Amino acid sequence: MPTPPKSRDVRDALVGVGRAVRLVLLLALALVFLIPFYLLVRNGLSSEADITSPGWTFFPGELHWSNVRELFDDPNVPMAHALLNSSLIAVLTTVGTLLLASLAGYGLARIPYAYANVVFYWILGTLMVPAAVTFVPSFVLVSSLGWVSTLRGLVVPTLFSAVAAFIFRQYFLGFPRELEDAARVDGLGYWRTYWRVVVPNSRPVFAAVGTIVFIGAWNSFLWPLVIGQDRDAWTVQVALSTFTTAQTVNLHELFMAAAVSIVPLLVVFLVLQRYIVTGVERTGIDD
Amino acid sequence: MRGTCVRGLLGPQNRHLWFWIFIGPFVLGLTLFTYVPLAWSVYLSFFDAHNTVSPTDFVGLDNYAAMLGDDAFTDSLVTFLVFTAFIVPATYALSLSLALMVNRLRWAQAFFRSVFFLPVACSYVVAALIWKMSIFNGVRFGLANTVLDWFGADQIAWLSTTDPPWYWLVIVTVRLWLQAGFYMVLFLAGLQRISPRLYEAAAVDGARPGWQVFRHITFPQLRATSVAVVLLLVINAFQAFDEFYNLLSDSRGYPPYARPPLVYLYYTALGQGQNLGLGSAGAVILALIIAVVTVVQARWFGLGRKDD
Repeated sequence: MPTPPKSRDVRDALVGVGRAVRLVLLLALALVFLIPFYLLVRNGLSSEADITSPGWTFFPGELHWSNVRELFDDPNVPMAHALLNSSLIAVLTTVGTLLLASLAGYGLARIPYAYANVVFYWILGTLMVPAAVTFVPSFVLVSSLGWVSTLRGLVVPTLFSAVAAFIFRQYFLGFPRELEDAARVDGLGYWRTYWRVVVPNSRPVFAAVGTIVFIGAWNSFLWPLVIGQDRDAWTVQVALSTFTTAQTVNLHELFMAAAVSIVPLLVVFLVLQRYIVTGVERTGIDD
Repeated sequence: MRGTCVRGLLGPQNRHLWFWIFIGPFVLGLTLFTYVPLAWSVYLSFFDAHNTVSPTDFVGLDNYAAMLGDDAFTDSLVTFLVFTAFIVPATYALSLSLALMVNRLRWAQAFFRSVFFLPVACSYVVAALIWKMSIFNGVRFGLANTVLDWFGADQIAWLSTTDPPWYWLVIVTVRLWLQAGFYMVLFLAGLQRISPRLYEAAAVDGARPGWQVFRHITFPQLRATSVAVVLLLVINAFQAFDEFYNLLSDSRGYPPYARPPLVYLYYTALGQGQNLGLGSAGAVILALIIAVVTVVQARWFGLGRKDD
């Protein structure tokens, strides 16, 4: 059914109204998306009474910055140790994954080899096996190696990311060959071509994959829960979870700990955001 | 003399060697930490393996029969289905809507994109803490109950009310908040790949901006992205563990409801009793289901079909 033609003025007015409605809706949604962050900080800086008060208010009575010191001084909460563990794990996982996956991706993309396709499918095959489902057998393997509650056990099994190798392969396939040819003429072999020419010219993809891996490692929970059984091996996520489920800690300390735990990621996020976005687009497997 | 010998061996002409220098460590690790555990899991699933990783008591398919006959395990599969039925359409609709709204913004686009993407940096553990202890608190000081109070409604014990199952609202919203921004970015990338000429042609043909253009141009052009998004959403839903574990378990343990497969396997294999044989059988069943669902879905959507 054709609608009656509208005058230009009416249509312009409708477009303007539509735009305003959309903006109001976006602002409302943005507020909803930010509220959980606000609650995290609000509770972290509140007194215990303000959090559990029956007359709940959006703004707490007063802010207690001393909660930060209280958290790190509390002998029952191994927060500093957990932060150290998480930092070590996240950095080692990121560096290791970037190294291993980029080498594999480059080899697959650039070194001609008769069985390269077989190797490629062997790698892709692991994408069909969801990592979370293999935690039982992986635990069995790691425990038989005697790696439970060790840094090795927490890091090494997570270093071999088929997704990362796949992204690097796709990226290196599109890397300009002229640059490598020039290096070849200068007498550089595969190794030095890779380190001196390819890596320095591929910083964005390293930054993108690196930030995604770092976020994943910092936030991962199931594997550290399974492997990091001793208190000394707890990551931040495991420590937080233990307190949430056991309720042996004050709420304001728990929220302060959670707020502290997202600070490193927010820094990474704000500094490298555009790389994350391109990286996420690259993993969009829909090319 | 020795130098030239090494150079000859390591020269670029020796491609096989270089291929394995680049790829060897990765393939070795992948084999050791994915294929070996997988094979070991299949092996263990045929044995009675309580508290041991080198069992001797072969039980054949008993573990599989026990797992499939176990109501708690089959209930966990139902939990997964219900969860998927809620979370996949909800995330799809929200992330696509966000992408459409953000994509056409003339200003502050980066601001809104960042705000919606920001939760991606938050862990499920932290998000579950906020949801459980601050928003959907069962007692008076939670945000949700405070808002209900403004409207004169009764308080709700969100996570322990099973009839009606209010805990679903908590579980679905936490994941929705955490992942919508990620899929929004995928849709934004998809939207930017659509040629402006298509929209010009549609305008010439008299299509009204809004619903008509969305239905006949935008939505069909997003097909590849949509397929990828749905596939990822279903796979991720199948692996749900973090938020369920952190929202619902407490010092008394885990309640019998809202227990997805991974949570159930976690308690079976690593809880008291450490029944690794039974847990392995469950993991194998789950892996098979995921593989079948993924393949069926991919075929159904015609993934990889070259039609554009």
